[in-house]
Amino acid sequence: MFSLKKVKYKHILDIDNLNIKKHKVTCIVGESGSGKSTLLRLLNKLISCDSGEIYYENQLLNTIDSVELRRKVSMLPQLPVIFPGTVRDNLLIGLKFAEKLPVGDEKLHYILNLVHLNKKLDEDSQMLSGGEKQRLALGRLILLDPEVFLLDEPSSALDEETESIIIEKLVAYTKESNKTLIMVTHSKKVAHTYSENIIEINKGKVVNFKEV
Amino acid sequence: MNSIIHLQLWQMLSAYLFVLILIFIVKLKGIPREKEIFISSIRMTIQLILTGYLLVYLFNTPSPVYTIIILIAMLVFSIYNIIKRAKRNLSLKLKQIIALSMCIGTVSCLFYFLLIVVRITPWYDPRYFIPIAGMLIGNSMTGISLGVSRLVDGMHTHKDFVEGALMLGATPKMAAKQIVDNAFDSAILPTINSMVGMGIVFLPGMMTGQILSGTSPITAIEYQIAIMLGILGSVSLTIIIFVQLGYKTFFNNQSQLIIGE
Repeated sequence: MFSLKKVKYKHILDIDNLNIKKHKVTCIVGESGSGKSTLLRLLNKLISCDSGEIYYENQLLNTIDSVELRRKVSMLPQLPVIFPGTVRDNLLIGLKFAEKLPVGDEKLHYILNLVHLNKKLDEDSQMLSGGEKQRLALGRLILLDPEVFLLDEPSSALDEETESIIIEKLVAYTKESNKTLIMVTHSKKVAHTYSENIIEINKGKVVNFKEV
Repeated sequence: MNSIIHLQLWQMLSAYLFVLILIFIVKLKGIPREKEIFISSIRMTIQLILTGYLLVYLFNTPSPVYTIIILIAMLVFSIYNIIKRAKRNLSLKLKQIIALSMCIGTVSCLFYFLLIVVRITPWYDPRYFIPIAGMLIGNSMTGISLGVSRLVDGMHTHKDFVEGALMLGATPKMAAKQIVDNAFDSAILPTINSMVGMGIVFLPGMMTGQILSGTSPITAIEYQIAIMLGILGSVSLTIIIFVQLGYKTFFNNQSQLIIGE
C-alpha cells in the first residue's frame, strides 16, 4: 500500500526501503525522538520528504492532491485537537473538513460507544479529561471512514485497561471494514498483541521489520 | 458666524504649559519619561509646521504630479509602518500582500469618494485630495496592523488546530477559516466601535476642525458622515484583500502548513 524508497527528511529520517501492507495492522515502535511521528506525517503528506520517493497504491505521493490523499489516509495527532464546542460539534467537524455529509445522532452514539466514551453529545468538550479528549478525537477520525488510519500514540493518555479495550475494538473495526491501520505506539504489549507487522525505528532508520 | 480667532504666537506658546506640567509631574514621581515627552512635543511641533507650509504651497500650486507624489509617499510610509509595527518576522510574500491590499483598498475607495461622492474638480484638488487620502490611509493602516498581528499570531499559536484540520482532509481555506475570521473581525472592530460612539462620546477630529474654522456644524456633519462611510469601506476592503490573500502565504502548493520555526 505504502512503499518508501531512499526517503530522507532533514536529519530526522533516513529510510532506505520500507513497505507497509494493505488491510494489515502495522505498529511503529522506537524511542522518543526516533522519527516515528515524522514518518506518519510524511504518509499523511503533512510534510514532504527532501529526497527519495513515497508511493501510495503505486502512485507517487507528490502527484496526488494532498487534500484528497488526506481524506483517504487520515491522521490522529499525538495531542488530540479539540475544537471549541460540544462533543457533537467535535465529531461532526471532521466531516465538515473532509466535505462529507453530516450524520445523525444514532451514528454518533455508535461511534462514542466504539471508542468507549460515555458522554452526552451536548456536553462541552473542553470539560473532558485528556484521555476522553483522545478518544473523542479518535471517534472523529473513525467517523470519517478513511481507507487508512494513521494513529500517533492513540492510547498515550489512557490507563492500561481502557487502552486494551480501545485498541481491541479498533483492530476489530479495522478488520471488519477492510481498513488499514498504521499506529505509533510506545507500548510493547500493544505492538505484540495486536499488530501483524512491527516496524522498529531507531535514530531515523528502520532497524527491524517483523511479521508477527 | 463669528470670525475665526487666529492664535497669536504667545497664545501658542502658552499651550506648551501642558507639556511643562506633565514634565514637572513625571519628575516629581521619578518616572524617567522626560526625554520622550520632550522629544515627542518637539517632533509634533516641527512636523506640523513643515506640513502646514507644505500644504500652503501645494494648495497654491495645485498639480496632479504633486498630488500623486503625496499619495505615494503616504502609502509608502503607511506600509513601512505596518511592517515595522509587526512583532513577528513577516515573510516577503506577506509583506507584498500588505502593500498590495493597502494600495488597492485605499486608492479605489479614495477615487470613488472624491469623484463620485464629493465630485471634486479638478480630480487632484489638493485641498480635498490630501486630507481625505490621509484619513482613509491612516485608518486602513491601523486596521490592517491589527489584522496582520492577529493573522500571524493566530497561525503560530493555533498551529495545532490548523494541522489537526489538515490531517483530516480539510483544505487550507477551511483549516485557516477561524483564524482568518478572527483577524478580519479584530481589524474592523475599532472602526465600527468609533462609529457607535461618534457624536456622543466624542466629536471626530475632522468635524471639530471644520467647526473651529467657521464651517456650519451641519456641513461639517455631512462631511463627517460621508468620510466615516468612506473609511469603513476603505478599511474593510483593505482587510478583506489582506486576509483572503494573506492566509495563503502560510501554505505551500502541496497544502502543507509552512511556518518558520
